[in-house]
Amino acid sequence: MRTRKKIVRTAFALAIGTVFIVPSQTWCMDASDAPESVTIDTMSDLYGPVEFDHLMHSEYASCQECHHQTTGEIVVDPNCGRCHHSHDENDIVSCSECHEADRFNKTYLKTLENPELYHFDKPGLKGAFHLNCVRCHEITSGPTGCQECHTMTEAGEKRFNTGSYAPAKGTASSGHEH
Amino acid sequence: MKQLLNRRNFLKGGLAATASAAVLKNKKTEAHSFEGYPDGMGVLVDLTRCVGCRSCEAACNKEQGLPEPAKPFDDFSVFDEMHHGQKRRTDETAYTIVNRYDVPEIDHPLFRKIQCNHCEEPACLTSCFVNAYTKTPEGAVIYNPKVCVGCRTCMIACPFYIPTFKYSSAFKPRIMKCIFCYDTRLKDGKPPACVEACPQEALTFGKRTDVLKMGKQRIQQKAGKYVDHIYGEHEVGGTAWMYISDVPFDKVGFDTHVPKEPILNSVKEFLGIVPMVLTIWPGLFVGFHLLATRKDKVKEMKEAEDRNNNDEKEGQA
Ligand code: SF4
Ligand code: SF4
Ligand code: SF4
Repeated sequence: MRTRKKIVRTAFALAIGTVFIVPSQTWCMDASDAPESVTIDTMSDLYGPVEFDHLMHSEYASCQECHHQTTGEIVVDPNCGRCHHSHDENDIVSCSECHEADRFNKTYLKTLENPELYHFDKPGLKGAFHLNCVRCHEITSGPTGCQECHTMTEAGEKRFNTGSYAPAKGTASSGHEH
Repeated sequence: MKQLLNRRNFLKGGLAATASAAVLKNKKTEAHSFEGYPDGMGVLVDLTRCVGCRSCEAACNKEQGLPEPAKPFDDFSVFDEMHHGQKRRTDETAYTIVNRYDVPEIDHPLFRKIQCNHCEEPACLTSCFVNAYTKTPEGAVIYNPKVCVGCRTCMIACPFYIPTFKYSSAFKPRIMKCIFCYDTRLKDGKPPACVEACPQEALTFGKRTDVLKMGKQRIQQKAGKYVDHIYGEHEVGGTAWMYISDVPFDKVGFDTHVPKEPILNSVKEFLGIVPMVLTIWPGLFVGFHLLATRKDKVKEMKEAEDRNNNDEKEGQA
């Protein structure tokens, strides 16, 4: 009885798989499972939302280069591979579900005191984005200046004393490259 | 020449002399060693992450209500500025500064943020004879302008040249320096404005003991990426702001010769045992006098040296 149920379940899952997921050797997501575009607007008012072309980026990089092991691909970093060696995709794939948007708030910092916590140095959301994006953009000659990806808002101009808030004798340069 | 210009050592010598005289008088002294606050907060600065965007500078300027900068914060020509042969430094208009370093072995520029390091045993604090400075349990070294007499000993004592003086009024002396956003943020458990603004999480805020642990883990896990040293773990007796880097620290402007123990340790011992106003003032004033006269001496010597150099040049010609 038990095995029968299992077989039925597997068959059912396979059926779903063939319909919704592009069939592949392993239970691994690929780019076609993912959204074509993602609006990133969770943070700061200094810059407007960023329309992230997910589809275009998936042509440049494999899923695991941004999503670690969560899409079912094997991680490259040997340090991660010590624990994450399964091929199963995770329920949680989107960045913000693991990377805290408010990384330095009191409550979150308190959780770091748990001596059993392994990932105690996990970057917050803003850090995770930029560390990953900028690193790769440097290698692939993608944009690295702030304003090449972000449009500055009026609040941003005020904060940076630039644009219409520039000091009288100031000179403004747009974005920063190195 | 470098030796000659080291004002701090000079004054320290003066203070230590007074201190040892007092110690002699009081025979045996017990050094009351302050271990720092165990739950104090800190920041780990990861130089490999900083991209020199100056978001931290902009955030600090607004948070601390500092004056409008000469150039916009998204103007990166400031990295090429030199002031008296030195890169930019913190001053009364900027509590934090980011400087660029071009290290030949590395194919991209490196950036380093400067601000008060919030020493565990601050030299500014121990050297201040009216106790204008406080190290709070949260880890900040803050300053009380109401009691400051404007003597500027702290400016000389600080191993990182951080406190600066606001000259706007002769009667209201005011030292200006980074206060770890104590009033507006830290005391409520919030991260400093600069940390919050950093897009690269080059600044990691947390309990000092925790961020220290993170630094050690990063060095260990990314084998060969970092120099195996956390600047500020032991320097000057430990600082709340600490640094990790992928190039030797002296290549990015750090003073690697600062002692591994608190500055002015001897003075502190001394302060613990004698009513300081009675004993330290004469010493200080002698120090000031010497400082004042020494300046002339330095000038004289410099002129003499220049003359020598000129003579040499002429000799060669
Ligand atoms: S860095 Fe200088 S100003 Fe800051 S706490 Fe240390 S001695 Fe004081
Ligand atoms: S901690 Fe606060 S005062 Fe200090 S540099 Fe950062 S923003 Fe400025
Ligand atoms: S905000 Fe962060 S990345 Fe930008 S200059 Fe400051 S420390 Fe560096």
